[in-house]
Amino acid sequence: MTRAGPLTMAAAINEALRSEMTRDPRVIVLGQDVGRFGGAFLVTRGLYEEFGPERVRDMPISEAAIIGCAVGAAMVGWRPVAEMQYSDFVASGFDQIVNQAAKIHLMSGGQYRVPMVLRLPIGANEHGAQHDQSPEAWFMHTPGLKVVIPSTPTDALGLMKSAIRDDNPVVFCEHKLLYGTKSVGGRAGDGPSTDETAATPGEAASNAGDAIPLGRADVKRRGEDVTVVATALMVSRALEAAEALAEEGLSIEVVDPRTLVPLDRGTILESVARTRHAVVVTEEARTASCAAEISSLIAEEGFDVLDAPVVRLGTADVPLPFGKTVQAALIPSIDDIVGACRRVARSVDAMGSDR
Amino acid sequence: MSQAPLALAQAAPGLLVTMLRIREFETALYRLFMAGELGGTMHQAIGQEAVAAGVGAVLRPDDQMASTHRGHGHAIAMGLPLEAIMAEMYGCASGCSSGMGGSMHLFDASRGFLGTTGVVGAGVPIAVGAALAAALEGSDRVTVTFFGDGAANQGAVHEALNLAAAWGLGVVFVCENNGYAVSMPTAEALAIGGVVERAPGYGMPGASVDGQDVLAVRDAARDAVERARQGNGPSLIECRTYRHKGHSRFEPARYRSSEELAAWKARDPIELFEQRCRADDLMTEDEIATMHGEVKVEVEAAVELARRSPRADAEMARRLVFVPS
Repeated sequence: MTRAGPLTMAAAINEALRSEMTRDPRVIVLGQDVGRFGGAFLVTRGLYEEFGPERVRDMPISEAAIIGCAVGAAMVGWRPVAEMQYSDFVASGFDQIVNQAAKIHLMSGGQYRVPMVLRLPIGANEHGAQHDQSPEAWFMHTPGLKVVIPSTPTDALGLMKSAIRDDNPVVFCEHKLLYGTKSVGGRAGDGPSTDETAATPGEAASNAGDAIPLGRADVKRRGEDVTVVATALMVSRALEAAEALAEEGLSIEVVDPRTLVPLDRGTILESVARTRHAVVVTEEARTASCAAEISSLIAEEGFDVLDAPVVRLGTADVPLPFGKTVQAALIPSIDDIVGACRRVARSVDAMGSDR
Repeated sequence: MSQAPLALAQAAPGLLVTMLRIREFETALYRLFMAGELGGTMHQAIGQEAVAAGVGAVLRPDDQMASTHRGHGHAIAMGLPLEAIMAEMYGCASGCSSGMGGSMHLFDASRGFLGTTGVVGAGVPIAVGAALAAALEGSDRVTVTFFGDGAANQGAVHEALNLAAAWGLGVVFVCENNGYAVSMPTAEALAIGGVVERAPGYGMPGASVDGQDVLAVRDAARDAVERARQGNGPSLIECRTYRHKGHSRFEPARYRSSEELAAWKARDPIELFEQRCRADDLMTEDEIATMHGEVKVEVEAAVELARRSPRADAEMARRLVFVPS
């Protein structure tokens, strides 16, 4: 049962955890400060009081043990949801997620499953290079991991339910600046994905809170002239850009993949087939990013329908310095997305700046 | 000694056959690699058999075990059939990991064998997770996790030891100190005399054991397992042992002197135990000889079966990336 009224993304994830922990006694939460403190970003607030210290476990600063414990408990039948305090710190436990969690099902010939979720707070928040990155490409690149990256509270809630119920290891990326947001602009009511059969606001409301299957993208805004594929915080920037461009008569379609693995190639390619122009924008450092993978996919499989090269936007390839102004200059802005859409729609040299 | 003679006579054949199976399996494997019949690599436990056998002898069927890269002996001691392990070495679909894992990724969920692993120390935090699961279930099943003197210095291993003690989990940490991490002598990698010296630092009891004496290993393991089973938390056992072969495959181990190797071979765990069996009338000469013969036949049969069995195919790999939704 979901709470009435709009939830922030943090509250939505909290609700998903609470709901799943009620539904399935095998779901446990592990991480630093997740229990009595309620989590560094308060996402796990209240769970300790409701489910107790056995199922909501404060851990020492031991990323390898946090992830490794989740792996071991998952292998023998539990469903751990482990948290890294910042996505950047996953590097301290990297072996356990990429060499162990991702591979144990295959290496064991299918005998062992690793039904765990690893929650990573991603995104720039003026802390500096070791607290602000978006490392989802490390995990999209690792066969055996699913990767989820919601941009709205409704998506976060529904996807977290599916992630917990999935029998595979899922890396769940939560943008820090979205934790406090209640909706993405551009669509009233923050409704469910467009692939569901619900058509009316009433049906949409009753579907909100349901588990959203992994591997289904969501068209956050319908358009005709340019497809913008965006994740996390870039979804709202793309929607703002779309509003601005609508006044110029340019109609932008915003596609939010919601999961990077499995990737909903069909929705992305179907959109590009209609608009014939594609911009892919994420907050990742642009080289070898998930955006690069999606751009390559569109170029390979959408070549015949494209009227212009795919444009890929990302953060500059630098360790992200500290500071609001500096970061703003390096991370794709609404203006950058507007500029990219204009360039690609006019089919002129779309390479533009080196971002 | 603490064992009543009758109980020991009953236990002796099981201990010896496990050690002989490990020795014969590893020896056969070495020949197969030398002949070019098997590829990849392997890390042999010849000389270390008593550790696996002594620990395995005190476990219950529902206990759990995480192993290392040098884990054929652990798998055999945990009861994995020789045919299943040999088939896995050949990449057969009938292998214990369906041919997907190979030497460093032997698994058996039906026996609580959480796997050999290709990453040094990686099994140790996983074992702590499996022990956490046991605690959550209110089960007194115990989790054993092996690691070497090299792995003892891995960050993940420190994290796991600390966490198990902080949470009082039912884990038995068994360090197989064979004196070398590939070519690195333990004395150079440690500032202290032995890994066991860290036990009080982690907050758990420690025991240093002659790893070539299967009964000493068994006694120490029994104490640690009972402690864990009674809910009294983890222990660290350091077994001093030695690998007769190099680190991997045909690695010649030139970093060790021939005198040192000879001295350790003079303390061959199988020979030592057979001498004990003869001296204390635990087994007759005929029984020992018969056992040698039977194990040899068993291993040869496993090789023959593996040679004839179909190999795994790439399509299986594609299917196993994810559990289907």
